[in-house]
Amino acid sequence: MKTAVLVFPGSNCDHDAYHALKHVVGVDAEFVWHKQSSLDGFEAVVIPGGFTYGDYLRTGAMAKLSPVMGAVRRFAEDGGPVLGICNGFQILLEAGLLPGAMIVNDSLRFICDFVHLRSGTDRTPFTRGIREGEVLRIPVAHYQGNYFADERTLSSLEERDQVVFRYCDPEGEVTRESNPNGSARNIAGICNERGNVLGMMPHPERSAEEALGSADGRRLFDAMVAWLGERPA
Amino acid sequence: MKAKIYVTLKRGVLDPQGKAIRASLSHLGIDGVEDVRVGKFMEVTLKEIGAGEAHRLLDEACRRLLANTVIEEYRIEIGG
Repeated sequence: MKTAVLVFPGSNCDHDAYHALKHVVGVDAEFVWHKQSSLDGFEAVVIPGGFTYGDYLRTGAMAKLSPVMGAVRRFAEDGGPVLGICNGFQILLEAGLLPGAMIVNDSLRFICDFVHLRSGTDRTPFTRGIREGEVLRIPVAHYQGNYFADERTLSSLEERDQVVFRYCDPEGEVTRESNPNGSARNIAGICNERGNVLGMMPHPERSAEEALGSADGRRLFDAMVAWLGERPA
Repeated sequence: MKAKIYVTLKRGVLDPQGKAIRASLSHLGIDGVEDVRVGKFMEVTLKEIGAGEAHRLLDEACRRLLANTVIEEYRIEIGG
């Protein structure tokens, strides 16, 4: 079981993701430079956080044009699991693999803090076994995590069971106060219609071990391993 | 030939920067400003092509890279 961790100029959570996969969860992981145009031999792809291309123009706007993103698109079309974290989520949005866009936090501040997430669906490879309504404690670190989409898109996301995580309070209540960045309908993570592509602003790789203050993030990687184990060859 | 491209947030998309700037202007005593919207301005130098072709090319550039039409709108001015 080999997983790819993409590396763009300006990625800075690539080693954290690699560490979580290889040393915490114990699956084979490899860095894949953004100039590569093939993902042959990989069973899952993680697009890590960072500031690809210095966030020039818009977050993820340059990275979406890297050769590896063509391979990610084909990988996703074939049903392969793709997890975009933070800047990885922003890249997936810019690439059109997920709907919507990110704007600056409504507080105009960079937020680096633990948040609580309410799980919305267990149908993705990364949330399998995480029941709807469960609360995870995972940190965010971003300046542009304010999720925006028009009302029609937001309603469609809800109708099609694509809202995977919402910011909530420790009890799991989705409230205005628990929304750290102004995201529409408290959205912290969404998946595509098929469910195999997940984008989320919070960092599961930074909360995969108790030593980091929470091991809740590990559940996403464990879910991925279980999902891949049961996937027909 | 030069072209100017203005990229701004769509109406209805929150612009916290614009709001902060508007508040700062009023702190300075500069009243009479109702709203500020922050955007991007790009000056593009084109190869020798016709104005129609330039517009078509820059429209494609805006749609595919320079603007994110989920949140932004753009305006192209050719010439100058």
